[in-house]
Amino acid sequence: MTARKYLVLLAVVIFGSCGDVCLGRGMRDFGAVTASNWHLLLGAIADPWIIAGICFLIGFFCTYITALSWADLTYVLPATAISYVFMALLARIFLHENVTLVHWVGIGLITAGVGFVATGPSLTVPDDAALNRRPNREDV
Amino acid sequence: MSTLAVWSGIATIVVTATAGDILQAGAMKNIGDLGQLRQSSGTLAVVRRVASNSRFMLGLLFMALAFFSLLVTLSWENVSVVGPASASLTFIGNAFAARIFLKERVDHRRWLAALFVAGGVVLLAR
Repeated sequence: MTARKYLVLLAVVIFGSCGDVCLGRGMRDFGAVTASNWHLLLGAIADPWIIAGICFLIGFFCTYITALSWADLTYVLPATAISYVFMALLARIFLHENVTLVHWVGIGLITAGVGFVATGPSLTVPDDAALNRRPNREDV
Repeated sequence: MSTLAVWSGIATIVVTATAGDILQAGAMKNIGDLGQLRQSSGTLAVVRRVASNSRFMLGLLFMALAFFSLLVTLSWENVSVVGPASASLTFIGNAFAARIFLKERVDHRRWLAALFVAGGVVLLAR
């Protein structure tokens, strides 16, 4: 893993958490959407918060697929899970949602999970590739 | 909105997001490192290569379904409940699906990470 790749993972975290918080804030203005008033979603797309959320999520998506091009899905998802910590903090600051002691325990668990996976290999080596490399290693 | 409706919304997010993640991860593995591809062929070639991949586009469709499911469910419940709850279940679903469909080596470290993150996300939703 290079510094550039860690920066890509950091960008996934920042774009993802900001995007979700913006969407959460935007949908508060529209009330409950049901089958009878589904057209509210069309209006929601013009809401500044939803537009900001979509812009952040486009950034998230570009960085996310970049990360998937050189790392396993089961590496990228836990490694970027710290975004839920950012999301909880942003929701507390900007949406005034309550962050309790239980939430902080959850944040600790997520951080531990990120630590577990971030120190491991980022990509599964296919079995045939591993077999092909083995004779070379023995030759050396 | 009833609890059953909220959890149905969350379940829809989980299924569509997992399908989207698996399809896109498979597509990106086929395409290869986007950074190297951009350096060798340019940004336009990267966009063309990604956009012409049918598995990627199908994944995008599922991600769009997950997005609209998220919007609807967010209108029923707080982001601090819907986000963590759907994400924790998607983590577990993805670990199983990546092992089965992408043949990823999900070792003890990755299972522990998925479980810790999922547990943490559940606590965040309380």
